[in-house]
Amino acid sequence: MERPLTKRPLIRRKTLDRIGLLFAALVMVSPVVLFFLWMISLSLKYEIDNGAYPPILIPENFAWSNYVQVFRENNFFLYFWNSVLVTGAATLLALIIGVPAGYGIARLKAEKAAIVIMIARMTPGLSFLIPLFLLFQWLNLLGTLWPQIIIHLVVTVPIVVWIMIGYFETTPMELEEAASIDGATPWQVFRLVALPIAKPGIVVAFILALIFSWNNFVFGIVLASRTTRTLPVAVYNMLSFEQVSWGPLAAAALIVTLPVLVLTLFAQKQIVAGLTAGAVKGG
Amino acid sequence: MASVSIETARTETDNKRSKPSRLAPNYWPFVVPALIVIGAVIVFPWVFTLWMSVNSWTLGQEQTFAGLDNYIRLATDFRFWESLWHTLIFTVLAVVAPLFLGTLAALIFDAQFPLRGFLRGVFVMPMMATPVAIALVWTMMFHPQLGVLNYLLSLVGIGPQEWIYNRYSVIPSLVLVETWQWTPLIMLIVLGGLASLPREPYESAEIDGANAWQKFRYLTLPMIAPFLMIGVIIRAIDAIKSFDIIYAMTQGGPGTASETINIYLYNTAFSYYDIGYGSAMAVVFFVIIVALSLVLMMVRARTNWSDMETR
Repeated sequence: MERPLTKRPLIRRKTLDRIGLLFAALVMVSPVVLFFLWMISLSLKYEIDNGAYPPILIPENFAWSNYVQVFRENNFFLYFWNSVLVTGAATLLALIIGVPAGYGIARLKAEKAAIVIMIARMTPGLSFLIPLFLLFQWLNLLGTLWPQIIIHLVVTVPIVVWIMIGYFETTPMELEEAASIDGATPWQVFRLVALPIAKPGIVVAFILALIFSWNNFVFGIVLASRTTRTLPVAVYNMLSFEQVSWGPLAAAALIVTLPVLVLTLFAQKQIVAGLTAGAVKGG
Repeated sequence: MASVSIETARTETDNKRSKPSRLAPNYWPFVVPALIVIGAVIVFPWVFTLWMSVNSWTLGQEQTFAGLDNYIRLATDFRFWESLWHTLIFTVLAVVAPLFLGTLAALIFDAQFPLRGFLRGVFVMPMMATPVAIALVWTMMFHPQLGVLNYLLSLVGIGPQEWIYNRYSVIPSLVLVETWQWTPLIMLIVLGGLASLPREPYESAEIDGANAWQKFRYLTLPMIAPFLMIGVIIRAIDAIKSFDIIYAMTQGGPGTASETINIYLYNTAFSYYDIGYGSAMAVVFFVIIVALSLVLMMVRARTNWSDMETR
């Protein structure tokens, strides 16, 4: 090129760059897309198609019956409801105690409390499980959903407190100070001034606590009985005992994780914000 | 519940010290409910595990004080050392691979191109997906005869692999799943770092005629190094504790070829009900994790330092 770049070739080069980047991004994303496509494909194929070689991506006949079978033969309605109860209760309790705690810690600048939360994140889940398992046994709670609700607090409370500390540290103090000069009690300041501003932070904490509690597996395999299984435990039990046929197994796996995946796509912004804030501070 | 009251007392004095103003509101009632819950489900298990670890107790039998017997047994337990080795290999691989790929992905997603937001959302999905459900589908994909992965390999002329069914390839195969799932987290952390970079150095580098690789190597890399270290710390802590995927796919097998400390700990406590020994293992495991985190944080402090020097 003899002359300096004029405007038009520059735009053309930018367009080319963007197409190149799009292509690179598609390559990066392809393992994710292919995996989930294959998961859907497995769940919609009859046994004969799942055993075919070379493998079939889109079968001639869709095996919707796989989904029916999961719900009819495996008590999946009950396990779904158990999951909703455990995750719902653990997340709500965590919000009720964790949001005020995050506020208090942020205002007190109590760094020691934050360190406890950080060490809790480092501790392997199993080391909570042994003592609490024994405690629940003594209290005769095994066989109910309570042990799982209580132990899921190990997951949800640190997430909520951690995210709320970070959030309240960034909200302005001026309004709160003005309110307390006007004679508002700390509780009124929190409820009427701080809490409304913190709504986006609460949404982030809620979504992340919900997802990580829903996905939890290790607490369930020890604490759940036949009637108190949550979905991750139920799907694992299908794998180990009840059947080896792939279609219903993949259908069950998809049922377990679909609520979370849908939430991820819809609440992408909150999740990304929460994870980067939590992660960057976690160091 | 002594630790709780100590915490409360401490926050009370902190409050008095840091806020001498007469207007200082009393914030500690906000924290007390959480302290009680954290005391019950987090601090109590720590203390109780420590106590159990100096006892000899298999569920259904007599509990006796054992001193350091469990720890001595651990030091001479070949299976424990083997699981430590497996954990080390798994952790190193499950940190390095996502770090490399996640940084690459972040460099791509930092630029502007069509569908960027949507594709980033798709890329993040594995991290949020239920690990057990994911593990189940990977198990089917790894199947030596019917699995789709061996078919894909055959298309590019590579012979069938045994994946998780072979003692030599089981850990790399598990790392493949772990990498697939956790690369997005590194991507998000590095993306945060890239967003905070100043523009000016790149402008002057462009004037000096630096190419893309030189700009990455001498500008971007040193500046995002602290973020990479945060990624390494978080990934290492998560990888060393990894349980769901390994347990759901191999239960530590074939034989004990993929038995990490966490899996061995689970088997000891909940398959053999050897509570005392399991607790000692949990304590040692916890110490290892904290030590690893401290070492990595020290390295991180030094990265920040050398970063300051080069500037």
